[in-house]
Amino acid sequence: MTDGLIAGYFREGAPIQDTKAPSGPIEQRWSTRRFDAHLVNPANRRKLSVIIVGTGLAGASAGATLGEAGYQVKSFCYQDSPRRAHSIAAQGGINAAKNYKEDGDSVFRLFYDTVKGGDYRSRESNVYRLAEVSARIIDQCVAQGVPFAREYGGLLDNRSFGGVQVSRTFYARGQTGQQLLIGAYQALERQIAAGTVEMFTRHEMLELIVVDGRARGIVVRDMVTGEIETHLADAVVLASGGYGNVFYLSTNAMGCNVTATWRAHRKGAYFGNPCYTQIHPTCIPVSGDHQSKLTLMSESLRNDGRIWVPKDSADKDKDPRLIPEEDRDYYLERIYPSFGNLVPRDIASRAAKYQCDAGKGVGPGGLGVYLDFADAIKRMGRAAVEAKYGNLFDMYAQITGEDPYETPMRIYPAVHYVMGGLWVDYDLESNIPGLFVAGEANFSDHGANRLGASALMQGLADGYFVLPNTIREYLSHGPYPQVAADAPAVVEAQTAVKERVRHFLSCNGTRTVDSFHKELGKIMWDYCGMERTEQGLTHAIEQIRALKKEFWSNLKVLGTGDGINQSLEKAGRVADLIELGELMCIDALHRRESCGGHFRAESQTEDGEALRHDDEFAYVAAWEWGGDDAPPILHKEDLVYEFVEMKQRSYK
Amino acid sequence: MKITLEIWRQAGPGTAGKMVTYTQDDVSPDMSFLEMLDVLNEQLQERGEEPVAFDSDCREGICGMCGLVINGQAHGPQVTTTCQLHMRSFKDGDRITIEPWRADAFPVLKDLVVDRSAFDRIIQAGGFISVNTGAAPEAHAAPVQKAKADRAFDAATCIGCGACVAACPNAAAMLFLGAKVTHLGELPQGQPERDARVVKMLTQHDHEGFGGCTNVGACADACPKEIPLDVISQLNTDLRRSMARGN
Repeated sequence: MTDGLIAGYFREGAPIQDTKAPSGPIEQRWSTRRFDAHLVNPANRRKLSVIIVGTGLAGASAGATLGEAGYQVKSFCYQDSPRRAHSIAAQGGINAAKNYKEDGDSVFRLFYDTVKGGDYRSRESNVYRLAEVSARIIDQCVAQGVPFAREYGGLLDNRSFGGVQVSRTFYARGQTGQQLLIGAYQALERQIAAGTVEMFTRHEMLELIVVDGRARGIVVRDMVTGEIETHLADAVVLASGGYGNVFYLSTNAMGCNVTATWRAHRKGAYFGNPCYTQIHPTCIPVSGDHQSKLTLMSESLRNDGRIWVPKDSADKDKDPRLIPEEDRDYYLERIYPSFGNLVPRDIASRAAKYQCDAGKGVGPGGLGVYLDFADAIKRMGRAAVEAKYGNLFDMYAQITGEDPYETPMRIYPAVHYVMGGLWVDYDLESNIPGLFVAGEANFSDHGANRLGASALMQGLADGYFVLPNTIREYLSHGPYPQVAADAPAVVEAQTAVKERVRHFLSCNGTRTVDSFHKELGKIMWDYCGMERTEQGLTHAIEQIRALKKEFWSNLKVLGTGDGINQSLEKAGRVADLIELGELMCIDALHRRESCGGHFRAESQTEDGEALRHDDEFAYVAAWEWGGDDAPPILHKEDLVYEFVEMKQRSYK
Repeated sequence: MKITLEIWRQAGPGTAGKMVTYTQDDVSPDMSFLEMLDVLNEQLQERGEEPVAFDSDCREGICGMCGLVINGQAHGPQVTTTCQLHMRSFKDGDRITIEPWRADAFPVLKDLVVDRSAFDRIIQAGGFISVNTGAAPEAHAAPVQKAKADRAFDAATCIGCGACVAACPNAAAMLFLGAKVTHLGELPQGQPERDARVVKMLTQHDHEGFGGCTNVGACADACPKEIPLDVISQLNTDLRRSMARGN
């Protein structure tokens, strides 16, 4: 098998291992690692430099923390301010094992829930560390002035999220991501003022510079002047977010893209589990062809809202308020009595799809289910519902023109988050020394499905507490030899970027970037979305290859590269999303099991639940770029469970 | 719906711009305002004309990246961000003018895109609580009265879009400033730096070329997050107290 082409799509390479996680009792691994990491004396820190790409929760918190420690940080974002990064849109909350409710929570319980929620496809050591540092995140954010929701006694309030039976989610109305990001942003701005962080807004990373096998810098385009710049440092951190926009329609921001991580992948960094995509169950349904993005309605709504469809598909066009109780099917409460409406996201999404496939979907095109607050309003009163979810209800009303206090919301699943990302070891270091990856951009902690309120936790855990400790070990061996501005690797990266820009502007084809992006998105949603089959994926790969060919020969980008050119920016992003789409399909095709968000129709239990094959697939798929004309190479990292027993997940 | 658009086109920073007229024949009321512009841009490119540059990112009203002056109003006729404005707010045959934020402190970069980095520099001047990572006490060590926590939250919902500046006849950024001063000033964690913060931020504000406040209130009317005008009173209260203490 080692040299042969497998299924016509990939080759298998040597297995890979995480060599950095200490062994021994899981409660001691992180402190052991921190103790073993060398220290850098404060006077030497200012001689060491770090580039950070992205200013979301992971990037901003890492930038602030490394700046506070005294390293020289250069921070980059494509937006006009670091405060705009898409972490800001996270609504519901952030988990932490504080056990303030005394409801049986603990670090181990959060660890257990996350491993189980991820359908046993994440690393125990990483997840335990995440749970362990979670409580300190809340302390840090409160000290920064993050206005979390409080009870009348002045103490912090909590709520519950999907896939768990305790209340450990801290929140700031429906704007938790915004408040956490503003906290990290203010900490970052404080370091900019202190001179430890140099900020580059409206700069997009277009290439990674690897010198003597180490990540040493990046090539960026100044999106205002069009200038192509080189920035060099001792280490590079990618905190550039996820690639859900490969589906065109997703809850991601318009600018979210894979370019930073994909360029690193093409330079040798392995891509971990690219097919693990989270489809969020509660989004506002698509309204027409003009749609540019989808909007999430926070999972927290499932605390009080009840999900249902008409029992009889003949009722689907009726005014829902006129459908009597006995003619409604509260299908999540019926099928999963112990978790009810709070089953994990992957399960809730697929259940909605099944109802719609069965012809019971409501709203335009039959692609929607009801999320009903009538009972909650009766029980708590409208004012209480408004206090808890007011901004979400307003957002819904604004987008749909319907009043959710009067009539049930309509919701449908949408692409929301990707668990896949660049492969990293316990230190969050990729297989390219000196290249670290944090937040959604890495693959590390969520396995095949992420639990609600865990993305914010992971982003801030990585940026505030994990990365600053692990990168220290790498930096303690520096400063690394100075790289000359005309070193071959620098010139090569610069030339590659300029050549791509030149090509896009001179291609002179007939199709716009968006038309390619939409076509890619449709292929991905149809064949690599909520349900995947061998036949569909094979078909998708052929379609994507044809699309790529056309993209490179028939693209039309107007204007010049000398200033703001938004079509040019998108062209580079879509070029990379197309290549990523193919790898996602290959990954999904090779994983002939269902797990978490990855559902292969060929692998399900009798009652339609995801069926894993642990004997064959209990590994991380780390993909190596094979070259423009060669297939990718699969490296397997075996997942070993010492503390949690692998079981078929059950939320019944 | 059929809509006529008059859009500010400007090739680059410092160059002269002008209003250009476009028509849109097939606008759906369910489209967002920016989706309507997306459709226009696709059509322009198909005709070989450069698309209109405008900023937007999250398109769910929270990142603060978008911002257009629509028919003379910052973010248009509804109390929301431009990205959350939908075409159902307009009617068939309407003529809509679209301009960038206009303020000396927000120079136009291209078409409808402006430079708002002045806001970041105001935050750098003092819009934070100085606490290094790892130095925080246990979160429950300092309870916060719910009313104060709620007011801090309301002020903290500012998205830094700049509509307050665009709406103000003086191009003042006092609502933005007052929101941050109120957010941090309501919390016990924000007290040690409270007096210094307001002076530093205000000094930076004036230095950036924003105008002074004359209590017009247009900022609060335009604010998509409905930050109340009383944050400016809070700003003044804090400033007086700080100056009385010798800052």
